[in-house]
Amino acid sequence: MRKVAIYGKGGIGKSTTTQNTVAGLVELGKRVMVVGCDPKADSTRLLLGGLSQQTVLDTLREEGEDVELDDVRLGGYGNSLCVESGGPEPGVGCAGRGIITSINLLEQLGAYEEDESLDYVFYDVLGDVVCGGFAMPIREGKAQEIYIVVSGEMMAMYAANNICKGIRKFSEAGGVRLGGLICNSRAVDNEEEMIKAFAEKLGSQMIYFVPRDNDVQRAEINRKTVIEHFPESTQADHYRNLARAIDTNEMFVVPKPMETDELEQILLDYGILETA
Amino acid sequence: MSDLKSCPTVEPDEFVDKTLKNYPPKVAKKRRAHMLVRQESEENQNINANARSVPGIITQRGCCYAGCKGVVIGPYGDMVHITHGPIGCGFYSWLTRRNLFKPGEDGKNYSTYCFSTDMEEHDIIFGGEKKLKQAIYEAYETFKPNAISVHATCPIGLIGDDVQAVAREAEAELGVKVLAFNCEGYKGVSQSAGHHIANNKLFSEVVGTCDQPIEGYSVNILGEYNIGGDAWEIERILKKCGIRVGAPFSGDGKFEEMTSAHMASLNLVMCYRSINYLADMMETRFGIPWAKVNFIGVSAMSKSLRKIARFFEDPELTSKVEQVIQEEEERVYKELAPYKERLQGKTAMLFVGGSRAHHYQDLLKDLGLTPVAAGYEFAHRDDYEGSQIVSDIKLDADSRNIEELKVTPHPEKYRPRLSPEKQKQLEEEKVLKHYHGMIPDMPSGTLVIDDISHAELERLILDLRPDIVLSGIKDKYVIEKFGIPSKQIHNYDYSGPFSGYEGAINFAREIDMMIHNPAWKFMASPFEKKPLLTAELGVDK
Repeated sequence: MRKVAIYGKGGIGKSTTTQNTVAGLVELGKRVMVVGCDPKADSTRLLLGGLSQQTVLDTLREEGEDVELDDVRLGGYGNSLCVESGGPEPGVGCAGRGIITSINLLEQLGAYEEDESLDYVFYDVLGDVVCGGFAMPIREGKAQEIYIVVSGEMMAMYAANNICKGIRKFSEAGGVRLGGLICNSRAVDNEEEMIKAFAEKLGSQMIYFVPRDNDVQRAEINRKTVIEHFPESTQADHYRNLARAIDTNEMFVVPKPMETDELEQILLDYGILETA
Repeated sequence: MSDLKSCPTVEPDEFVDKTLKNYPPKVAKKRRAHMLVRQESEENQNINANARSVPGIITQRGCCYAGCKGVVIGPYGDMVHITHGPIGCGFYSWLTRRNLFKPGEDGKNYSTYCFSTDMEEHDIIFGGEKKLKQAIYEAYETFKPNAISVHATCPIGLIGDDVQAVAREAEAELGVKVLAFNCEGYKGVSQSAGHHIANNKLFSEVVGTCDQPIEGYSVNILGEYNIGGDAWEIERILKKCGIRVGAPFSGDGKFEEMTSAHMASLNLVMCYRSINYLADMMETRFGIPWAKVNFIGVSAMSKSLRKIARFFEDPELTSKVEQVIQEEEERVYKELAPYKERLQGKTAMLFVGGSRAHHYQDLLKDLGLTPVAAGYEFAHRDDYEGSQIVSDIKLDADSRNIEELKVTPHPEKYRPRLSPEKQKQLEEEKVLKHYHGMIPDMPSGTLVIDDISHAELERLILDLRPDIVLSGIKDKYVIEKFGIPSKQIHNYDYSGPFSGYEGAINFAREIDMMIHNPAWKFMASPFEKKPLLTAELGVDK
């Protein structure tokens, strides 16, 4: 079983990319579980065809100790398995602690046991690594490989660089490795070259360049992945390619995060100077 | 004990050097600033205090929550005190300080209860505000206390529950005062931060909210926590003199008394460290002056009574006070005589509190004991060097983190008690607005050590061989394993009162028993003194 975590700046398209990738993987006949680690609990909406009503933490709160795996794990597109960690509403409590509790509970309930015969677990994690709780999937070997969703926009790259700092820190203790950057295009000038160069500087690779396409939006409003909604489209093929790239990926590294001025230099070299 | 006791002639400067040699250089440099060899010839000796303890050192200190709930607010017995946090914080602070309480006419007494919101994992994740509100409602409906306090513990600060908003809401809905304290344990460098937070809230939300006049020569007693009944002995003596206690802060305290505390004539400050903030703020806002007193020790008690008489400057009161002093002293000295004979020349060390290590030196001296080393666990520099240095203390980031209230005179309730001339005179005489601190009272050659560590305490015991150590629960049994008795001065072990005249007798009896307890003779095992088995080597035969 491969344990994969997807990180990236807030709003970069982590959940969309994750679910489309998972859809591509299940088409390849893989058994995949997705664990949404965002208190909003919207990481599995496209696979489930709607928001999950049974998050782990809500169930734990309502049912007390008497929780079964099937109470919190729902079947989604192509027999994917969907779990939402859930958490408090914004501004109260501790969402990070919630993720820790939720992942521990899944382990206790046997969600990762061999008889589940999972090929993949995907963790879709909220925003940047903001506190210990959100780093949970990369701590203690919960996730072994990380993909960072990024675009050619400066703040997205800045966040990716920060996440690499977290990965480097935990790589010593938990053996986690960076599998690559997924460029989710924002149609920035020179984006593909820039992210390739960025990934290289980090000691990693750009594993796939996903172009911008409004089919993604159209599928989303229908609560579906592109692969399900427009199976014949070019965009669906892009996600299939991404899924294959991840499935065959063999490059796992401890990233070398950059200093801020180094990062800014990449932007100057590839982007801003030419457009200015 | 005589087996173990040698006659130490310790050079204090050498002792400091030797002790510091055991630390890494950086730690040694830090700790050196917290140690001082007293030289009476030197004026204004400084010591560092109220600084972060060095990690790895075993310190006696407590936390901010302990200072707020455990020390200042907890003793109010007609209030319900709710610890907002996981169960351990509430449970392990339950009744540990022996602050006794007698209910008033309404019979309300919750001092033996322990209230906690019992925050569990899912409460931490989803926030504890609803649970807290429910706890306040349940407590109110079940007990109808005169007021409720809420004390935030560490995780509450981390998850950001708005305890102030919950308290305001509950207060408006229930019509009972709900005081919320953001006294999360991690704040500040010791429990001292909690005292300040407690003072701020009592000042801003309680004192001066009701204007019930207090007749006669009226005083409030600040920083007296009624450990083992101390406050009752003090009250007995004051009453005998014709002095009335308006509000105690906070030993045997009742909520309502606090609300009119600003109507009294004078604030008497016992534990300067834990309550000087309130005394200062009340003076600025209401014009009520404060005088530092010490009710521990026979001579200290009498001196404090004379200070009060000096303030009121009434011949009738003065002669009554003198009469009481004479009567009480005569009786108490007679009773103390046999103890004094046995205790004469014994030595003591005091490592406790933010004022007690100073207060108890007066009582020890009354009994013929000599303090050889002393220090506080959470005091600030002014507790050592005197209140005149307050303006010289550089506020560090840890202290700035605790709110300092801006106080101005109350438009209607500000009422100076003395003419400006008399106020000035009494300040010059150091009757008012002055605490001279511990250092000036210590004789040359004694050691002053702030925030002492277990390592330092053990060295002191081995080198100085005191006859008794006045300390707290964290070191009591460590000390006693050296064959030296240790008296807890935070909670008095199981006895008290030790204040006033009656208390001096209790204290003398107790430490006489402890020091002369024959059990100490058996500290060394028989086999350590004399081998129990003898044998010969076969080869010699």
